[in-house]
Parts: sequence; structure tokens; C-alpha cells
Amino acid sequence: MSATTKSQVCVVIGASHAGVNFAFNLRREGWEGQIILYDIDKEFPYHRPPLSKAYLTSDAGTEQSLLFPRENYETDQVTLKLGIAVENINRNDKAISLSDGAVQSYDKLIIATGARPFIPPIKGIDTAKNLFPMRTAEDAVNIRKAFNASGKKRVVVIGGGYIGLETAASLKKLGASVVVLEREERILARVTAPVMSEFFTKLHQNNDVDVITSKNVVSIEQNGHSNLVICDDDTKFEADLIVVGVGIRVNTELAAEAGLDIDNGIKVDETARTNDENIYAIGDCTYHYNPHYKCNIRLESVQNAVDQGKAAAKAICGEDVVYDTIPWFWSDQFDVKLQMVGLSNGFNDIVIRDEEADNSFSAWYFKDDELLAVDAVNFAKAYVLGTRFIKSGQKLDKSKLADLAIPFKPNSFLAE
Amino acid sequence: MAKITFKTSDGKTTTVEGTNGSVMELAVQNKIKGIDGDCGGVCSCATCHVHVNPDQWNVTGAPDELENDMLEFDENVSEYSRLSCQLKVSDALDGLVLTVAK
Repeated sequence: MSATTKSQVCVVIGASHAGVNFAFNLRREGWEGQIILYDIDKEFPYHRPPLSKAYLTSDAGTEQSLLFPRENYETDQVTLKLGIAVENINRNDKAISLSDGAVQSYDKLIIATGARPFIPPIKGIDTAKNLFPMRTAEDAVNIRKAFNASGKKRVVVIGGGYIGLETAASLKKLGASVVVLEREERILARVTAPVMSEFFTKLHQNNDVDVITSKNVVSIEQNGHSNLVICDDDTKFEADLIVVGVGIRVNTELAAEAGLDIDNGIKVDETARTNDENIYAIGDCTYHYNPHYKCNIRLESVQNAVDQGKAAAKAICGEDVVYDTIPWFWSDQFDVKLQMVGLSNGFNDIVIRDEEADNSFSAWYFKDDELLAVDAVNFAKAYVLGTRFIKSGQKLDKSKLADLAIPFKPNSFLAE
Repeated sequence: MAKITFKTSDGKTTTVEGTNGSVMELAVQNKIKGIDGDCGGVCSCATCHVHVNPDQWNVTGAPDELENDMLEFDENVSEYSRLSCQLKVSDALDGLVLTVAK
């Protein structure tokens, strides 16, 4: 390990999954100096995935889902500065300027700025009543409040991605009438195969959520105490609450203004380092090389935030490290647990294994003989075994995989 | 209140006390090596895998279906494997000894 000293300062911009996990891992790896985290979010750092799930349907609040307990920040001497924005990075002086007027110098700087919800340029969207994205604890609180205050509880979700669908499912559980409007021909079009889109469309329809595709929202008009959401075919939907989930924009501005390389995100190497040797970037905001898939990728996921943070912590403390993971994701909607592993981009064959239990199956994405990714619906075994097969590169017999008569065991599916 | 003992891969034995939350959260709070709980305790990441002291298997009981599915093909699984995010800290767990999986 390279010597780190007590006089050194590591500054982290962004105190969510990536920044916070990085900070505690940096301490664990032996960093002796200060660790200071800044975030514009005033809330004590919390898990984001529950916001669209359990958080909406229970009264527990984020205190029940802190990333790390409050006392760990004291015992590990990780300093949190919340509610403060970073205005710019001065690489020559190795310092950042803050919204409260202060300047903080650094020896190592970590950019973990993540992403922000994209608010599409829809006419009237700025003046719509009770319209929220779903990214922060504050967003979730706003959605809960508006929902509870609403009499008719008519919800329109713009965007049929994971965030929109999870929020739709949670609000439906609370008794809302929910319409999901998706611009593409199918929901989850950007992230998954048609078979998964069909499954989740049916799941929502069976739970009385109206999923309407090929619907482009063009304007939102105020209609007394509610809104009228208007589509390009002139269909109209009344909404007391509107949730916008049409994707994100990566927070690269600070890095770009500081002259760091940007390409679909902040460009980093296999140790999460930018083109400045003292500046690293981690999490949703990075564009990085994945050794397994042999391509550059940008990921929106907890796994990437945590694991890239761990890699950066090791690298800064002098360990040889290559960030090399198989990405994984999950989503909970109604009584369905979806677990995904790998990246399906470029697949040309898909094998479905339909289990005997209802709503339980797995989709195996191949490029020729190579297993790229697995989506498992209420069947964690496929997720775990898929992870193992993707890592090992073992060749599989696709016909065996699809054959329910063959028991689901590690050696059942290997090609002869 | 429950006293729970963790044995970790570096040969350390640590006993900690807890009153609520999950065993995973208790372990993270006390910086038990090898317990990360990356997914926040929703049985999705298996970074909180422990082996229960066989004599105390009746104390924790067996995993439910989802947890079992997560564990069954894990390379380090044993007959006494549990995901500690699914173990709720309570008086019933007092004296429990867990070995953190590799």
C-alpha cells in the first residue's frame, strides 16, 4: 500500500450509493487523512431503490434505509456536508468552490455526481400541478403527500421504464387509479427484450394498471385542481398526480467545465481514474471499460455505484485493481421480483425457461453460443446460476435449458 | 437485546449487541468483515452470507424460498447457510454464533 498520511484530504462530490460506499471503503483500505463528502441533497444518505417501492407504501421514511448508520460516520471519521452544492473544480489549485462561499482543497477528488431525472420539453409541464420525478427522498415525499391529499387519486405515469412501473405498482397498491403512458411501442423498450415487456404489461394490466403504449404526451393543461395530460392523437387523461420517469441526464457539467474527458459520461480507466491523476469518478456518471464485455459502458445501477467505489478506494490506497464486474440489477413490482445479470446488448438468440409455478420464468440472452445476460422473474436460481455461467464462459446446451423436464442444476445445461 | 458473535475469514471473533433491524445491518454497523449488504437488505445481492453454528440452526430456522434460491448455487453454500439480511435481530437470537462466508 502506498503511504497515505493524516494530512491528506480526500473530497467526494456526491453522497449517495457510490460516494458513501467509496468513503467507508477508503477508510477500510487504510486512508488516514480526512474524508469529506458533499451533497446538495439535505437528507442523510439513504438507499434509493426503496423510494419507488417500500418507501411509498410504508410510513417508515428514509431513516429505516440509511446507507450506513449515523454513528459509523463518527467512528470512521467520514465528514458529511449536506445541502451544499459544489460550484466548480479548480484543478490547478486542487480545490473546489462551494455554494456557501467556502473553498475546500483536496489531495484526491472523487466525482460521484450521478444523474438527474430528464424532464421532457412538454408544453405546460412547468406549470402542471403535482408533477414529480422519482429520484430523491424529497421526490418520494412529495409524491406521497400529493397522493394522500388527493381525493380521486388519479395518477398518470409518463414513461414505462423501471422507475415509472415500480412507482405505478406502489401507488396502485395504495388504491390509486393508474395510467402508464409510454412513447415507444412497448414498455421497457430501451432495457429489455419484447418477452419481458409483454410479461410486465400483463402483470400491470392484471393488477388494473392501464398500460398504454405508442402514446406521446404533447401537453399538460390545468383543469381546476387537476391536470389534463394530452397525447399527440388528442387522447386526454385526467391526473391529480403525474410522475415523470422518462430517463436521466448524467451530471457531467462539473467535470466538463474542469476539462476532464467526457464521452457519454465522465471517462475513467479501470481504476476509476479520470484523465487527471488526482481525480476519480464513480457510479452512474462514469463511462468506463467493462473487461468481460470488452466495451465501454455507462450504467445506472446500485451495483456499479458500490463496486466502482470499492475499486477506486483500493486504487487510491495503492492496491493494483481492475474494475471488472458482471453488472446486476433488480426490480420489484407487485408480487414479482425481477433479477437481471449481465448486459444483453447485441444478443441474437433468446431462450425462455418457463417454470411450473405461476409468474416464474427466466430469459437467457445469447450472442451465438455466448451467454450474455439472464433475466429471472421470481426465480432467483436462474439469476445465481446465470451469473456463474456468464463469468465462467461455459458453453450451454440451449435445448436443455428450455426443457423443463431437465432439473435446474448447475451441471444440467452444459453443452456436451 | 441479543448478543451475536461473528467469526470472520481473518480469524477474528467479534461479539456485538443489537436490539432491532436485521443481522446484516448490525454487522455493517459494527464493520464485520465480509458483510456488505449492498442491496440494502432485499435479498438481491448475497453479500451478507453467513453460516449458522449447526447447533443453533433451530434458533434461526431455514431460509424461505427466495433466500434458498439465492443460496442454493452459491459456491460457498453449506447446510447452514443464511443471508443475514433476512435474520431479524431479537431476543431469540441471543448467543447466536455466525461464521461469515467467504
